[in-house]
Amino acid sequence: MAEQNGALVQVRNLKKYFPITRGVFQRHVGDVKAVDDVSFDILHGETLGLVGESGSGKTTVGRTMLRLYEPTGGEILFEDRDLAKLSANELRSTRQRMQIIFQDPYASLNPRMTVGGIVGEPLEVHRVARGKEKRERVQELLRLVGLNPYFVNRYPHEFSGGQRQRIGIARALALNPDLIVCDEPISSLDVSIQAQVVNLLEDLQDRMGLTYLFIAHDLSMVRHISDRVAVMYLGKIMELTDRDELYMNPLNPYTQALMSAVPVPDPVVEEERQRVILEGDIPSPSNPPKGCNFSTRCPVAQDVCFESHPDLIEVEPGHYCACHVVEEEGRAEIRA
Amino acid sequence: MTNHQQGRDGNILLDLRNLVTRFYTDDGVVHAVNGVSYTLEEGETLGVVGESGCGKTVHALSIMRLIPSPPGKIEEGEIYFGGRDLLKVSEREMRHVRGAEIAMVFQDPMTSLNPVHTVGFQIMEALKLHQGMGDKAARNRAAELLALVGIPDADQRLDDYPHQFSGGMRQRAMIAMGLSCNPELLIADEPTTALDVTIQAQIMDLVKRLQERLGMAVMWITHDLGVVAGLAETVNVMYAGYIVERGPVKDIYGRPRHPYTIGLLGSLPRLDEAPGTKLTSVPGLPPDLLMLPTGCPFADRCAYAEDRCVEAMPPLEEADDPARTVACWRWEYVAGRTG
Repeated sequence: MAEQNGALVQVRNLKKYFPITRGVFQRHVGDVKAVDDVSFDILHGETLGLVGESGSGKTTVGRTMLRLYEPTGGEILFEDRDLAKLSANELRSTRQRMQIIFQDPYASLNPRMTVGGIVGEPLEVHRVARGKEKRERVQELLRLVGLNPYFVNRYPHEFSGGQRQRIGIARALALNPDLIVCDEPISSLDVSIQAQVVNLLEDLQDRMGLTYLFIAHDLSMVRHISDRVAVMYLGKIMELTDRDELYMNPLNPYTQALMSAVPVPDPVVEEERQRVILEGDIPSPSNPPKGCNFSTRCPVAQDVCFESHPDLIEVEPGHYCACHVVEEEGRAEIRA
Repeated sequence: MTNHQQGRDGNILLDLRNLVTRFYTDDGVVHAVNGVSYTLEEGETLGVVGESGCGKTVHALSIMRLIPSPPGKIEEGEIYFGGRDLLKVSEREMRHVRGAEIAMVFQDPMTSLNPVHTVGFQIMEALKLHQGMGDKAARNRAAELLALVGIPDADQRLDDYPHQFSGGMRQRAMIAMGLSCNPELLIADEPTTALDVTIQAQIMDLVKRLQERLGMAVMWITHDLGVVAGLAETVNVMYAGYIVERGPVKDIYGRPRHPYTIGLLGSLPRLDEAPGTKLTSVPGLPPDLLMLPTGCPFADRCAYAEDRCVEAMPPLEEADDPARTVACWRWEYVAGRTG
């Protein structure tokens, strides 16, 4: 699916801390380390899946990458230009090439604007098209995402969740972007509608050569749509590799536990499965554990795991994993 | 607690007959549940699956008689539980049924716990009310229950307020509350939808273990076909207020008969799929419950629909074997095409 010809985006040591303040003087008392030293590449034409539980920082990565949040540290190289250092003007022109689809199709569309206004707004803001040309482009976009082009004068509330998500996709496509950050685009939709939207996203990728960062917590859907997958936990990437490699040969104990927790829609498989059930909850990102972020719940944690967080290293070609145990012993097998 | 601790003995616990629930709103009549009939045995685990608006929650709230009225109204039907029709008993007796005989756990544990009372107070409230326990006995039992659902230092955590619990712990506390009076049926309405997968696995495991130990029947309502596959013995598939297919879990997943069930399962990515496989999505949208079609509600999304499907709703009839029922005029033809 992907033409593996170099990276479109290179993220290096990206950090995003949200300050915690107290009192009338807004005294700075700590940080929520939502994204803490994350590095990865997104290759031209590929879909990179980003999975994690709530609070893992996956959405913050997507938003900081587009500079919707100002990064606390690190670099975001978009075709070798560092987005983190661009001025507002330069950023605006680069933004044409990177767009985002949001999770909640109810909150991300302005209820007072017509569909035509919503989809046409990026064209106006970036002075790409106006008047008749704009109207034609909007109709073309609606057709592209499988909506009736005569819907231009309707308002978002007249549409179902799946149709609204299509409007959001049309808006993201308006400027012919190279990269689209899909921030949980299907998690608020019903199962039969999810498949429609995923098929549409795949179809558009084939036709327009799009590159996706697909953020989700649904591991089976991420496996379906992605070429490579990164697993996040508490602001760090724990493992990153090809999707088949990740699902067949997960190295990190957290990835193994996560896979094991996902219910499979097949009662025969479910009957045979031995589940690894993690104890406890994900720690607060304002007070992460001293050592490895996963050490508090890890069934195979050793002394070293409580001292420092492991680096993300290439264990096998193209297979990155952050785990002291894997680093030392090559494997970290957890058992039910 | 009597004979059902020994497990399934085939006694019918819940018998729903032609339940019809509607909501009279300013926009018109919402046909939420349109004639649902089935039975649930003692100790059985039933999965109720369907998408939003299919009537799965409304039908459960109808069993508990918790439909807000107005605008809601249970129009028709009988709900036999423990030998009596719940729709005919007094409100006073119904209050005893809720909690003491049927317990319900809801999707969002934050809104179903009262934020101004401690968790312990809320569990003890049910014990005092339904079982007439004194303060001390209720507190001991509450601590026992919290320990049973796997909350460490249960005795101290009783004095915590809901906001001091994490999402998974709140759901455990809700389950503890549900179990406090040894109900014969636990209705779990999407109890893990708001939780992360690793926490969901904990809760599913907990309910399974509790069920083995306490022998209650469980009705698990969800949109997640994966959850049902791992938990349920029997599955009801609902669509637009109807049960469209019902049967043992392995048959439903292995040999689905209703075109909607086939479509729903096809919409899910499979672990063994070849690279580049497209999902077989179901086209279109579920019908508007304000204007329910006279025929099969799935007809306009169905690849097999013909004239009679639009004209009349097919009855839920036996398919393949006595344990299975399907509401489709053409199920035999569909079965022949899909294997």
